[in-house]
Amino acid sequence: MSIILSTRNVTKRFGGLVAVNSFEIDVKENSISSVIGPNGAGKTTFFNCITGFYTPTEGEIILDGKEHIEGLRPDQVTLKGISRTYQNIRLFSKMTAIENILVGEHRHLKTHWIEAIFKTKNFLKEEEEALEEAIRLLNFVGLNGLGDQVAHNLPYGAQRRLEIARALASKPKLLLLDEPTAGMNPNESIELMHFIRRLRDEVGITILLIEHDMKVVMGISEEIWVMDFGEKIAEGTPLDIQRNPRVIEAYLGSGAASGLDLGKGE
Amino acid sequence: MSDRIKQIDFLGVIMWFFRTSLIVAMLWGTIATLLNNPYSARAWTDTIVAGIAQGSLYALIAIGYTLVYGVLFMINFAHGEFFMSGIMTASVFLAVPMSESGYLDAHPVLGITIIAIVTMLVSVGIAILTERIAYKPLRGAPRLVPLITAIGASFFWQYFFRGLYGSKVRPFPLIESVAGKVNIGGIDILKSQVIVIIVTLIMLVGLYLFVVKTKVGKSIRAAAENKDVARLMGIDVDRAITITFTMGAAMAGIAGVLYALVFRQVHFFMGFFPGIKAFTAAVLGGIGSIPGAALGGLFLGVFESVGPGLFLEGLGVLSPHQLKDIIAFTMLVLVLIFRPQGILGESLAEEKA
Amino acid sequence: MNKSMTTKDIIKKGLLAGLTVLSLNLIGFIALLGERELIKGWFTLGHVFLLATPVAIAYLTTNKMEAEGKVKPLGIGFVIGAIAALPSVLLVYIETTTDLRQFLANVSPALTELLTFGQGVTVGSVLLILLFGLMSAFAAFISILDEKISKPLVTAFAWTLGLATFSEILLIRVRDLFGRGVAKAIFSGKSLNPISAILLFALVMGITIWWSKNGASYKEKIANVTPAKKKQMTQGKSILTMLVILFLPLILGSYLTEVTNNVGLYILMGLGLNIVVGFAGLLDLGYVAFFAIGAYVMGVLTSQGALGLDIGFTFWTALPIAVITSTLFGIMLGIPVLGMRGDYLAIVTLGFGEIIRVIAVSDVFKETLGGAQGILQIPKPDFFGIELVQPGQLYYVVLGAVLLAVFIATRLRDSRLGRQWMALREDEDVAEAMGMNLVSTKLMAFATGAAFSGLAGAIFASKLTSIFPHSFNLIISINVLSLIIVGGVGSIPGVFAGALILVGLPELLREFAEYRMLIYGVLLIVMMLFKPEGFLPDKSRKRELNPDDDLGLAEN
Repeated sequence: MSIILSTRNVTKRFGGLVAVNSFEIDVKENSISSVIGPNGAGKTTFFNCITGFYTPTEGEIILDGKEHIEGLRPDQVTLKGISRTYQNIRLFSKMTAIENILVGEHRHLKTHWIEAIFKTKNFLKEEEEALEEAIRLLNFVGLNGLGDQVAHNLPYGAQRRLEIARALASKPKLLLLDEPTAGMNPNESIELMHFIRRLRDEVGITILLIEHDMKVVMGISEEIWVMDFGEKIAEGTPLDIQRNPRVIEAYLGSGAASGLDLGKGE
Repeated sequence: MSDRIKQIDFLGVIMWFFRTSLIVAMLWGTIATLLNNPYSARAWTDTIVAGIAQGSLYALIAIGYTLVYGVLFMINFAHGEFFMSGIMTASVFLAVPMSESGYLDAHPVLGITIIAIVTMLVSVGIAILTERIAYKPLRGAPRLVPLITAIGASFFWQYFFRGLYGSKVRPFPLIESVAGKVNIGGIDILKSQVIVIIVTLIMLVGLYLFVVKTKVGKSIRAAAENKDVARLMGIDVDRAITITFTMGAAMAGIAGVLYALVFRQVHFFMGFFPGIKAFTAAVLGGIGSIPGAALGGLFLGVFESVGPGLFLEGLGVLSPHQLKDIIAFTMLVLVLIFRPQGILGESLAEEKA
Repeated sequence: MNKSMTTKDIIKKGLLAGLTVLSLNLIGFIALLGERELIKGWFTLGHVFLLATPVAIAYLTTNKMEAEGKVKPLGIGFVIGAIAALPSVLLVYIETTTDLRQFLANVSPALTELLTFGQGVTVGSVLLILLFGLMSAFAAFISILDEKISKPLVTAFAWTLGLATFSEILLIRVRDLFGRGVAKAIFSGKSLNPISAILLFALVMGITIWWSKNGASYKEKIANVTPAKKKQMTQGKSILTMLVILFLPLILGSYLTEVTNNVGLYILMGLGLNIVVGFAGLLDLGYVAFFAIGAYVMGVLTSQGALGLDIGFTFWTALPIAVITSTLFGIMLGIPVLGMRGDYLAIVTLGFGEIIRVIAVSDVFKETLGGAQGILQIPKPDFFGIELVQPGQLYYVVLGAVLLAVFIATRLRDSRLGRQWMALREDEDVAEAMGMNLVSTKLMAFATGAAFSGLAGAIFASKLTSIFPHSFNLIISINVLSLIIVGGVGSIPGVFAGALILVGLPELLREFAEYRMLIYGVLLIVMMLFKPEGFLPDKSRKRELNPDDDLGLAEN
């Protein structure tokens, strides 16, 4: 399998604080992999470096083994085929579900605003296709019939799914999910994990997750990197990670509750 | 997010061009003026002293903006009206009758003190009323909502006081013992300007000590830092906010009295431009910081006073003194665009902006 | 609900009403409105506003007290009203003993006259307290009445007062359309005469009662017609609307058409600012700058006076240049603020607006822009050789511009660009992460907004034939902002509603124009506190289920 995304020596400093310290990962194409670590380990900062929200202080981020994407603006990163969700759901809350997905499709819409003013055939055709695609995605994530609801009126789980649908709308090669199960109960988490696997199998994209709860990712990840204080302390298969003493220490050190989850994970 | 601007190349070039051409124009104007030397040294000192006095007023008003922004992250657009309301009321009901009866000239210190107290009371009253009715219910609303409310409050008070006292400019009486000049270090300075500068210094130092040393001051700083945590620590955040408004309005009230002593007139619209300029001063010094507001005010006052003669005259601009306001507004625009964290440079303001 | 209404609560409410009334008295609002008589010899608009506060508070207090019997609410209403009168009574006593005018500009013997009904201080005060008490008790009475009776009663009151308020304008229209005799029969002086007021009251009440009995069956009939007929009806409706819009100047007469034109220019600006603030969420307080630029370009290019370029420009050739110039300025002033958000953006744009105004007032460009004296002798628009001088002729210029703006605004809103704007408004970071270019999205909003405003400015200059820099101040920006907030931020019909209420009303009632900014201030606060979505909020568009069927609904 080829590598879709690799980071080399990625470092992000805020003044004296080193949030991410020469973090390196290689994400295989069509895999599900995860970056895990205790809260505050720098995972989201790392995601922000990949997606262009931050410019890494040092290091390289390479897409498809050839294209450097570090230092690009978020919109440019998206155009390269990377899409993401957010830890604290960030939908366009006063727009409807369908409109949220339509915004996600932005990357593939081409008609000029002048065509919109004159409602040219081209424009109408593109809008119609975009709408069809949006409804298809809506149904795919299981929100049938909720398309005309304003996003902030949707229940929590539905908002998570809508956010994924919006990210999928840009037809990414690589989907980054930032703590997708945050705020969910165990049953909902398991259901979502199944959904993520289905996503990979049916849509055929690569998925990179961030989680602080190890239990969630153990079941579906093929490869895991563990981050603590901005540094990579372990990598490997879920099995390797569970046995790694440094990981156990990091989790126990930062909170006994998360550490206990380690045992239950099996 | 100034990171992002840097990334946008062609925009970066435009901004760089914009900034450079302004600096070049300023330097060019300054050099041309100095070579021509149209004003005497005496005229320059007068201009600078007037600028310092004007800047002191901005500093006092700026305190209100900076305190409220520090705690609520909201631009209290109506703050200029707190400044106006107190002195308008006091001059109509107190200063003019007191002057007509001769009391003010017989007991100037006591008289001005009474006027100042009443002014502060009215300003604080208006501030607390505004906070209670218009701002308090909107805690936690999206940032633009309280700004729009504050704009509404600003126009409401302006036209409310216009309704009360009429649209004409009202005179503030001349007080004999404050009129004229004194000689300090060989320079003749207007007495009223000396009073402005001294009173401002006392008020600013007093306020700074109050916020830094007292328990109440600490509760305000705690509320500014993190309201939820402050609440958990047993701090009455609503009270801290009320005190913040009270202090800001009291300072604005004092500024009103000083304004009236210098300019000897009051008007319902008098709060608007000083208000916006004081906000500029607050941003200039780094919003949220009290010393910053003081420095920003002084800087703006002097810059605005010296600017037309120094930069614009040399550029051959006709009647440059009409453009005094432009200097302040250009400064406002430039600071917000290029250095939103202010001269003192806390990056805090940028994050919150 | 509110069972335990303590004496303290009642006194508090009464005092709240009383202090509000006192404030209205002190700022001269009541006295000024007292000059507009509503029903000849009976009462003035001043009386209506004098009583409005206690009546409203009494109504709201007793509204949910059905359980308490009939007498108690009436008593409470009376007490609230009576207490509300006390501060004003005090004011009357002070006014008659000392001359307050040196302190308070608007407290005059005329106000005392109005407050005491010309009956002297003692008798007048008693009358005032009684009137306040009785009217508040009446409000309480209505609040506990059955809706079948109270609704027609309130409707009849509202219509009578409303028509009486506008009787000065109605009088002119009735006289022009139906002749002097009819006008004399209905109105006396500039107000409604008592008999026609009573007849009007009875008529409205009758209609309302009739409708509440029979309305339901009519509605049912309309709901049950065949689809083909329904289509016919909607078609008929739209043809009728079009005809009304087309012949509006004939219906309104020249004065009201002039008012409509002014409202139209504000609608035009509102549509533009609605794109910037409402769609894209960029609070722009310097919007007047583009209006000014449009006006000045029109002035400089077409003026026949000393300042005109005199190189053969007419209104129609200058118009596109004015719009393009404003648009370019919109982009130019947009570039430096691209990285800026929220409140800082608002203040910077305010700064831009002021800079442009101060430059226009100053002598810097006096030779081209005329400094404080402005530009004179700008020709009116012409249409194939006919100079459009009458408001009724200019109406069509304004109408054309408004229709064009509505058309463009609607189409853009429903396009990809519109969604980009709204995404930008909701969450700038995420919008960018969806792959959109923030620079072009923001600049498009600034440019479109500036274009509409420049168009309005150009028409304004030509309509007024002279422009002065003082008319392009911050107040205009605040007016436009207020009207889109009142109408509903982001809502196109809301712009029309907002402009009609905020610009139309003050032009019809000059008294309101005097207190216009005060009322706007209150409105901004009240809207933000209680109705941040505005009176005519944008309906969310249905997309998912049978989009074709729903299109008709969404467009209405």
